[in-house]
Amino acid sequence: MDYILAIPRGIGAAVLSVLREMGDMFLFLARTVYWTFIPPLKINRVIRQIGFIGARSTALIVLTGAFTGMILGLQIYYTLQKFGAEAYLGPAIALSVIRELGPVLAALMIIGRAGSALSAEIGIMRITEQVDALESMSLSPFRYLMVPNMLAALISFPLLGAIFNVVAIYGGYLIGVKLLGLSPGTYFSGIKDFVGFKDIRDGIIKSLCFGVIMIWISCYKGYKTGHGAEGVSRATTSSVVMASTLVLVWDYFLNSVMLNF
Amino acid sequence: MIEVKNIYKSFGGQAVLKGVSFTVEKGEIFAVIGGSGQGKSVLLKVIMRLLEADSGDILIDGKSIRDLKGQALYKMRDRVGYLFQGGALFDSMTIYDNIAFPLREKTKISKKEINARVEEELQKVGLSGMGHKYPEEVSGGMKKRAAFARVLVMRPEVVLFDEPTTGLDPILVDSVHKLILWGKKTYGFTAVMVSHEIPEIFGVADRIGMLSGGVMVETGTPDEIRNSRVPEVRRFVRGLSEEVSVGGMA
Repeated sequence: MDYILAIPRGIGAAVLSVLREMGDMFLFLARTVYWTFIPPLKINRVIRQIGFIGARSTALIVLTGAFTGMILGLQIYYTLQKFGAEAYLGPAIALSVIRELGPVLAALMIIGRAGSALSAEIGIMRITEQVDALESMSLSPFRYLMVPNMLAALISFPLLGAIFNVVAIYGGYLIGVKLLGLSPGTYFSGIKDFVGFKDIRDGIIKSLCFGVIMIWISCYKGYKTGHGAEGVSRATTSSVVMASTLVLVWDYFLNSVMLNF
Repeated sequence: MIEVKNIYKSFGGQAVLKGVSFTVEKGEIFAVIGGSGQGKSVLLKVIMRLLEADSGDILIDGKSIRDLKGQALYKMRDRVGYLFQGGALFDSMTIYDNIAFPLREKTKISKKEINARVEEELQKVGLSGMGHKYPEEVSGGMKKRAAFARVLVMRPEVVLFDEPTTGLDPILVDSVHKLILWGKKTYGFTAVMVSHEIPEIFGVADRIGMLSGGVMVETGTPDEIRNSRVPEVRRFVRGLSEEVSVGGMA
């Protein structure tokens, strides 16, 4: 009998554990949002984190944006050629990048570069009791660690997404116009005709959401890190995996809603 | 000043503190001794409310701190300084900035005054001219002294010391102990100090409590602890392990 009950008991325990962690994560996000509106704002830390999350990710974003645009140029041209619709290369690339690939790929790149570093940094602060030191001085770790990162991400993500978009569209231009012989006028006028404000707005909303996801998961995993170097390493890995997955899942839900409005 | 009443704390079903009680009088240094893994650091964190006790109560000046929240909790913590085992200095800041940090964040005093206070503390703990260094650039003893300066700069009424001499050579152990005694004399704080340093702790603490098996097995003056008849205390004070059989020898 015990053997039979062990299975549902195990499943129940696992479900409870997942629910507990989810609750903990939402409370963590709620506390971060709460502290965002409690002055004083640590503006110097916000600026420093914009440098860390935003400015130092620019080269990576330019590089990935350029290659994404060039790959899209080749692939989409190949597909459009089959329908005799090469003239639509510009808008096809622009819409793909602005609505989808720009926000998503930029977010995945920033998660890999800055999100992992953030988890490790907060994790090390945790295990070396620097977070406890803040609390022992009656200073909230949320004000000093989470809020500046959250604001920095909200500023950096849309900007990096925009840089990604511009570079990717130019990468597509290089392939479509310079390599495959499309006229520059056709490439750019198509973009002007088909890309609307709604597409840009949706891209920006996605970037903002992905910025929140990265900071939420990276900070949470760092804050709740286990013991020693292994704990930090585990926190870093799981923060990248979880944030990347959540970006894709959330992207699906956003698309489902945005395409209907 | 501090009353710890019947504190229980467990982690994942494993009980670490099983009803710890003791009192600390105003102005005294109360040392908590005991073997590794007995929950001494946990006890300090529970007093500071960095960890929540499962049950029991802690009173400071007769007022319970168990259910304090928000600003009330912060006000309590403002009265208490905590010297962490590894110093817990912010590694992204210089030693000077570490000491200045609580003054900048918690007071409205001028930059000039902050500078004067930090330089004064650096000089008092023997770190004059070292303020520009980062924590990883100085020795373990210097880190502890810098962390002590960061605690003292806020003039706390109570200081909790978590193994302030662990990992230091005997000379540095003596210098840190002298620093603590000097701090107590100068600022008049009350202290709870977790320590392994036998017999040095007898010359520093006013009273000592031995934590073993999750309970405070004995409290008393250094002389009472030194001459204790409680087996665990006698063994710990004399540095004797439990009887073990190694290669057939008892």
